[in-house]
Amino acid sequence: MPAVSKGDGMRGLAVFISDIRNCKSKEAEIKRINKELANIRSKFKGDKALDGYSKKKYVCKLLFIFLLGHDIDFGHMEAVNLLSSNRYTEKQIGYLFISVLVNSNSELIRLINNAIKNDLASRNPTFMGLALHCIASVGSREMAEAFAGEIPKVLVAGDTMDSVKQSAALCLLRLYRTSPDLVPMGDWTSRVVHLLNDQHLGVVTAATSLITTLAQKNPEEFKTSVSLAVSRLSRIVTSASTDLQDYTYYFVPAPWLSVKLLRLLQCYPPPDPAVRGRLTECLETILNKAQEPPKSKKVQHSNAKNAVLFEAISLIIHHDSEPNLLVRACNQLGQFLQHRETNLRYLALESMCTLASSEFSHEAVKTHIETVINALKTERDVSVRQRAVDLLYAMCDRSNAPQIVAEMLSYLETADYSIREEIVLKVAILAEKYAVDYTWYVDTILNLIRIAGDYVSEEVWYRVIQIVINRDDVQGYAAKTVFEALQAPACHENLVKVGGYILGEFGNLIAGDPRSSPLIQFHLLHSKFHLCSVPTRALLLSTYIKFVNLFPEVKPTIQDVLRSDSQLRNADVELQQRAVEYLRLSTVASTDILATVLEEMPPFPERESSILAKLKKKKGPSTVTDLEDTKRDRSVDVNGGPEPAPASTSAVSTPSPSADLLGLGAAPPAPAGPPPSSGGSGLLVDVFSDSASVVAPLAPGSEDNFARFVCKNNGVLFENQLLQIGLKSEFRQNLGRMFIFYGNKTSTQFLNFTPTLICSDDLQPNLNLQTKPVDPTVEGGAQVQQVVNIECVSDFTEAPVLNIQFRYGGTFQNVSVQLPITLNKFFQPTEMASQDFFQRWKQLSNPQQEVQNIFKAKHPMDTEVTKAKIIGFGSALLEEVDPNPANFVGAGIIHTKTTQIGCLLRLEPNLQAQMYRLTLRTSKEAVSQRLCELLSAQF
Amino acid sequence: MIGGLFIYNHKGEVLISRVYRDDIGRNAVDAFRVNVIHARQQVRSPVTNIARTSFFHVKRSNIWLAAVTKQNVNAAMVFEFLYKMCDVMAAYFGKISEENIKNNFVLIYELLDEILDFGYPQNSETGALKTFITQQGIKSQTKEEQSQITSQVTGQIGWRREGIKYRRNELFLDVLESVNLLMSPQGQVLSAHVSGRVVMKSYLSGMPECKFGMNDKIVIEKQGKGTADETSKRCLSGKQSIAIDDCTFHQCVRLSKFDSERSISFIPPDGEFELMRYRTTKDIILPFRVIPLVREVGRTKLEVKVVIKSNFKPSLLAQKIEVRIPTPLNTSGVQVICMKGKAKYKASENAIVWKIKRMAGMKESQISAEIELLPTNDKKKWARPPISMNFEVPFAPSGLKVRYLKVFEPKLNYSDHDVIKWVRYIGRSGIYETRC
Repeated sequence: MPAVSKGDGMRGLAVFISDIRNCKSKEAEIKRINKELANIRSKFKGDKALDGYSKKKYVCKLLFIFLLGHDIDFGHMEAVNLLSSNRYTEKQIGYLFISVLVNSNSELIRLINNAIKNDLASRNPTFMGLALHCIASVGSREMAEAFAGEIPKVLVAGDTMDSVKQSAALCLLRLYRTSPDLVPMGDWTSRVVHLLNDQHLGVVTAATSLITTLAQKNPEEFKTSVSLAVSRLSRIVTSASTDLQDYTYYFVPAPWLSVKLLRLLQCYPPPDPAVRGRLTECLETILNKAQEPPKSKKVQHSNAKNAVLFEAISLIIHHDSEPNLLVRACNQLGQFLQHRETNLRYLALESMCTLASSEFSHEAVKTHIETVINALKTERDVSVRQRAVDLLYAMCDRSNAPQIVAEMLSYLETADYSIREEIVLKVAILAEKYAVDYTWYVDTILNLIRIAGDYVSEEVWYRVIQIVINRDDVQGYAAKTVFEALQAPACHENLVKVGGYILGEFGNLIAGDPRSSPLIQFHLLHSKFHLCSVPTRALLLSTYIKFVNLFPEVKPTIQDVLRSDSQLRNADVELQQRAVEYLRLSTVASTDILATVLEEMPPFPERESSILAKLKKKKGPSTVTDLEDTKRDRSVDVNGGPEPAPASTSAVSTPSPSADLLGLGAAPPAPAGPPPSSGGSGLLVDVFSDSASVVAPLAPGSEDNFARFVCKNNGVLFENQLLQIGLKSEFRQNLGRMFIFYGNKTSTQFLNFTPTLICSDDLQPNLNLQTKPVDPTVEGGAQVQQVVNIECVSDFTEAPVLNIQFRYGGTFQNVSVQLPITLNKFFQPTEMASQDFFQRWKQLSNPQQEVQNIFKAKHPMDTEVTKAKIIGFGSALLEEVDPNPANFVGAGIIHTKTTQIGCLLRLEPNLQAQMYRLTLRTSKEAVSQRLCELLSAQF
Repeated sequence: MIGGLFIYNHKGEVLISRVYRDDIGRNAVDAFRVNVIHARQQVRSPVTNIARTSFFHVKRSNIWLAAVTKQNVNAAMVFEFLYKMCDVMAAYFGKISEENIKNNFVLIYELLDEILDFGYPQNSETGALKTFITQQGIKSQTKEEQSQITSQVTGQIGWRREGIKYRRNELFLDVLESVNLLMSPQGQVLSAHVSGRVVMKSYLSGMPECKFGMNDKIVIEKQGKGTADETSKRCLSGKQSIAIDDCTFHQCVRLSKFDSERSISFIPPDGEFELMRYRTTKDIILPFRVIPLVREVGRTKLEVKVVIKSNFKPSLLAQKIEVRIPTPLNTSGVQVICMKGKAKYKASENAIVWKIKRMAGMKESQISAEIELLPTNDKKKWARPPISMNFEVPFAPSGLKVRYLKVFEPKLNYSDHDVIKWVRYIGRSGIYETRC
């Protein structure tokens, strides 16, 4: 307390403090404090004749004792008495004590409020200032209740001193931050805006802070501030450095005010053209000034200048409307990339990350790629390197992906341990996202595992396998590559996992080569077996049994391995069980059964890349998703067409998105726009995975969940981090029953769990759905079942939507999924002879009754699979009906409550062109149309 | 096992640092300072676990001794060692203070090398240590002397060297007891126990064989069993015998003999040592009775009256009596009237301290005080901590009596009768509290 101990110094206080400081031990300190407290108590006790000075001194001592960490339970009254003193020092100490020590529920609060009111009403600026400071530093709800109405008046009153205005603005800001509901908006707001024109720059600075915060909540009310702010900004920017006198900081005119004004402007979209011109001028001037040689060598000068510059750049990025400015900003940042100052480099990289997401400056950012890569290699500060990685990630697109990925990979070998995992994830995502050639993708990921195997999380290698499985064209290459990679003397366990899985599935594709004959493949894998952990070994055992299926010639060798004690009597239960079961399976089962049991894995459903989800989780939802959002917007532009929002996530695994977009028409109608869940919470992660499944039919691979259910009745409909929805359904004639299982995947319970079935107006009369409500609480790990009784009244096209709302933790979750109740479920197969079929076919020759669709095959054209799909679709598969044996013919009757609709179908595959022609003839046009849509999506 | 041993001053500066094992680094030194010595809240547990490292500390005046280990050691062993270490240091250079430790740091390191090896405690007997760790410069020992020390230290009786000769064979026996009590305001004993020590100072020639006897209940009953006509005597002596709950002995006592015959026989070390430590909980003679009377007169006044009664033979004199009456935290003034001794309100300790120099048995004395209180807006009620008392009496509150201490020295020609023996009883207060 230098201000106090000088002037009219309190000697007693100084002595006391020095006593405390000289105490040798804690005990001695406590003793001294106890003694002092007893002394103060005896002083405060009876004789009221305590003068202001000693009252102040003792209150000050109490405050000091309190700040040392001891409880103070008296002296409040004396402090309140001090408030009514007319001396500045006494009042000051009183306020100090009150703002530090008085808690809101104290009985004295009324007295204190009264004193504050008196001081506010007094015309003495120092007293008013003290009162305002006290209100702000207590800042409680009670204070807000008492004074929130009063302070705006003080703030806008014409005769208030400048210093008081400043305090009032900041005090109001504080109250608004603690309890925004208590600060009334009113006519004062417009007058506050005009404070931006005040003569006194201090007032303007304080007012700008206040307005910025208020404008974030009520942008409309403060709209007028934009033009005022721009004009104020332009006055500052164009002023000579000497004009503002006190507010010039190391030759930079009013840097704090400039920064605040620029922040204020970031609350609003670009202003109308007249103002915009002026603003652009300002921003240009700021950018120009950055080019001028520095006026001072002092670090403060450059700090202030750069602060303004960076804020200006973020405003430019925020507006994102002036390509010229964006490019200039980017160039300016490019200069900073090589600056001596580490902080500048960091900030430049950070800002560039956001610039990279703007369509105008993306190209400009890309010109700095060499510098950024260089920064990655030579930078000493790890946090800056981290930013460089972020920027590389942000600036990556199809054109430079191979280069960036290669650079990141090479950097990974020397990267700092703390950021390795993130780089690994990023490389994995970029490789996947921008893979034109999937062999490149496989190479990259295998390289990644080789270089930084320890940091490759499960998600990454899961993803490789998902992609390899879903994409026929790379399977052979992948098998070959992993086989080669596995030949290295020391491979990472993750590589063994990938290798084991891929060879188990596609080992047959390379078995023709004598260098990778089945036995060699097996020995190669088995040579790694003993070095691996239990889960990997378990995976390898599965690979072996798959080998038994793929290559009957290695069966004895594998049986020997399985039979050995180290497997059959392994201490680990999982391994033992697998060994025993696989051994038994391989001896007992016939080749057919083996082939069925160990069939190639079906394609995985397309969902959001699990790696992306992981990266988001790692970074916290806001940062990356912003980036993703903006990137997504850009990708829409790049593709040149209006693409539904979630399409970018599904486009992730698409080699040529434009080609697949054509398939949109064939898919069942998707709900317009994003599902309601996007409004639910800020958790974009969930939203992504939700929408991926709702709008999933749009997904090019059409392996999505909804489409999958067209031909089957049971399975998992939806899954994200929290919730799994499983289905089991049965249909007979026009009736059906569906069991929906909601599984809570977390360990915490879901509250207010309410699933609702929504039928659109068109659907309502045609489909009757009846369910019972489920228990609103779903315990962690538990599963809840819901039964839906379905009656098909008439034919329909849309699918009902299942909307699920629940609370998880504190956040509200909202999930919408299309329920796979499709018209074909009410199919009854009919067997008929060739003659009958063509007779009926001809009967239905009316052009409205026939629908034909010619489409490209999305899956391998396998006869057996196709047969299974047609049977799964519900119709009977008629053999030996069509003169061409390659063609498929089906017949069936759709049962609805009102009518029965006969239905004939014919599917003609063309292997050369990889195309199908599907013809459907039914007695009702809409039915033909709908069935055709559903079935075409299956091949 | 102990990984390292550090000694700090009150500021947390390291005075002595000796690391025995590699798993303890220098950062352990700072960890203890930061987390214990400079901790925000006072650390009351003597064992602190920081980052999988255990710190065992004892405090002697302003000095902290901390033993550090990463292993799961026997905590009792570590504390026993630390206490022993304090005893050894005290025997070498007197009071353990910062200055003494700084002045003797070479000696302390020498001692630490000797009494702790790779973290395992070694011979910490002062008498034995003093034969080879000396403070008087470098005295080159002859070969014979050296071998003698070696044989003694490594031999069966490591605590006594041969060839000690005194002109006057003399021994002192002190029975030191501290009595602990918690009593309810109505005079009901809530808990009471005595922890005592028998400290012996021996100046005896040769290798004397000693036998110590006291009025331990089991021993007396055993002896009483011998003859039938001594039944009456047994009843009489049974009254005076005491029940010892547990006891520990100095290493020189032959435990096998104690187990089989309950006789305490030993060859004593030369000089001062603690022969045994014991604890009793039954039939304790409480030297003082405190009768408190507290009356709250309104919110701003408190009247306290305390009577103390001495409860022992009128011929004995208690000394250094001090009664501590806690006062509420919002005391603003105290008036005290006492008939005997001096009483004073000590604001720094929040208590009225009443001191009486001497007081004979079967007497009674009284103090009354008026305490003025400052009204506070705090609703917390005063917790009324107990009134505590300190004193010293010239008898053993547990009732322990030394029956005999026989000395036999078969080789030298002096008998039990030639030894001059001194016995002294001192009873002190431990935590002697009465609730009010």
